Amino acid sequence: MEMIKKGLVRGLLYFSAAIFLLIFGYPFIFVLFTSFKDQSAYISSFWGPPQQLFFGNFQAVFKMDFLIYFANSLFVATVSVVMSIFIGSLASYAIATMKFKLSGAVFLLFLLGMMIPVHTTLIPIYTLTRQIHMLDSIFGLIGPYISFSIPISVYIMTSFFKEVPKSILESAEIDGASPFRSFISIMMPLSKSAISTIGIFNFLYCWNEFIFSLTLINSTSQKTLPLGIREFYGMETVNIPGVITAILIGSLPVIIFYFFAQEQVIRGLSSGAVKE
Amino acid sequence: MKNNDMAFPLDVNSSLMRKRRMRRNRIVIFLFLLPALLVYGFYNVYGIIRTFIYSTMKWSGISPQMDFIGLGNYEKLVKDVHVWHALGNNLILVAVSIVFQLSFGLMLAVIINSNIHGRKFLRTIYFMPMLLSTVATGILWVLMFDPYYGLVNQLLGVVGLESLQQAWLGQPNTAMGTVLFVVCWQFIPQYMILISAGMANISEDVYEAATIDGANKFQQFRSITLPLLAPTLRISAVLALVGSLKYFDLVYVMTGGGPDGVTDVLATYMYKKGFVESDLGYGSTIATFMFMVSLIMVVIFQVVTRKKEEN
Repeated sequence: MEMIKKGLVRGLLYFSAAIFLLIFGYPFIFVLFTSFKDQSAYISSFWGPPQQLFFGNFQAVFKMDFLIYFANSLFVATVSVVMSIFIGSLASYAIATMKFKLSGAVFLLFLLGMMIPVHTTLIPIYTLTRQIHMLDSIFGLIGPYISFSIPISVYIMTSFFKEVPKSILESAEIDGASPFRSFISIMMPLSKSAISTIGIFNFLYCWNEFIFSLTLINSTSQKTLPLGIREFYGMETVNIPGVITAILIGSLPVIIFYFFAQEQVIRGLSSGAVKE
Repeated sequence: MKNNDMAFPLDVNSSLMRKRRMRRNRIVIFLFLLPALLVYGFYNVYGIIRTFIYSTMKWSGISPQMDFIGLGNYEKLVKDVHVWHALGNNLILVAVSIVFQLSFGLMLAVIINSNIHGRKFLRTIYFMPMLLSTVATGILWVLMFDPYYGLVNQLLGVVGLESLQQAWLGQPNTAMGTVLFVVCWQFIPQYMILISAGMANISEDVYEAATIDGANKFQQFRSITLPLLAPTLRISAVLALVGSLKYFDLVYVMTGGGPDGVTDVLATYMYKKGFVESDLGYGSTIATFMFMVSLIMVVIFQVVTRKKEEN
């Protein structure tokens, strides 16, 4: 009796694992299969593998300005991430290692940024960007992206810096190192794991960000990947394999990176949540 | 200040030096904080203040003509049925996120933490929806739910359920449910990882002791795993709450708030009013409303769950 019950539970476990595998995994297989089908092949077999490989979708996607979108996204995300890590770490260093009256208040001010929906600032950021003549330019995206990445960066870096033994910094000070020097040559090298965590989190945020780029960007030459995918979808609505291919190409870099650095990506992506 | 009290009167020199050092320290601290405060102050803090100011203006955003109308926009907001409908959708999102995303996240966490074969592979695959941008996720599922060429209707046809084939996103009664399904698909993996991390923190010894006492797996789950996961579940719920209140991308991409405003949430309605209908004043009022609702909900939630944990 006990054996039967155990077997049933195990069966249930495997069964639900398989169902979830289908729900979460199959859409990716579907994307891969469909991107190698032409329209008639898609309609004659919706879910199976392609009978013969068709590369026309890839040609169609690359005929668009996809490479421009790609380069724009890469540029905006990289600059924003590097800047937000540097700026955020500087502030965290002061909050974590130097004593001053308002340190708690400053920390709280940054933390509030994680609790309040950024969408609240969409309209003013649109008008601010217009005032500084950065509308419709990828450079106009960098400022907001850095700003939105600061709260999580400050949160993670501050808690990391607090763990570093004070004695290391004190001995550097006795050796005559300036605060900036010990920040650059002692603190930052010690914090590689924290930096990679927030780096991945912020990079994916900027890479995938949609509403602000939708509002601030108009011209093709300035568009980022999410806008590009959407534009391609708008033009080719009936060409399902074509649109699927655009999704595949736009997502592939992140997926490849995930397969190489799975642990870091999972830690980075879930770190945005661990804010207590 | 304390340092001065402690200094001996004779030690004037060192007290002066100390003062100078403190002033220098203050400058150093300020310089370290300055870049972050400047950027964050400009976009986030000043941005929110400006939202408040705009919310009291009649302003299209195109012409420089800007008139102060006090609470005029707020009066309009209170009477605007679309706002309340959108808020209702946000609240449905909150409920669905907390109930379904957390419980399915928990189920997946249990699976990848069990001794099932290939659990590493399962975790790798289960996590993948997190990697897609919301735009990619939204368009992918719009195509899956396409009435004629979408996979979902095709599958229904194959298993003989033609009667269920429908325009999932085009009908008022199915559109919101379809969007909610995709929201869950996108975010369940995040809760799986969070809860799984919480499970990893529970010490093996507790389970061993329970096994010796003759508790079976279900009893262990109910009386050890779940109570010890409470803090993790609380954080996850706050996260689901904040996330649901600011939801925009997926709704915008999948339905644009349609059909006929049925799937609008506050953020898409704000976008529609502010940018499509060029009424940045009223759009800002909706944004302020969103801000208030989020703040109130987070505070209420914190108070309620803290009290429960104390009991």
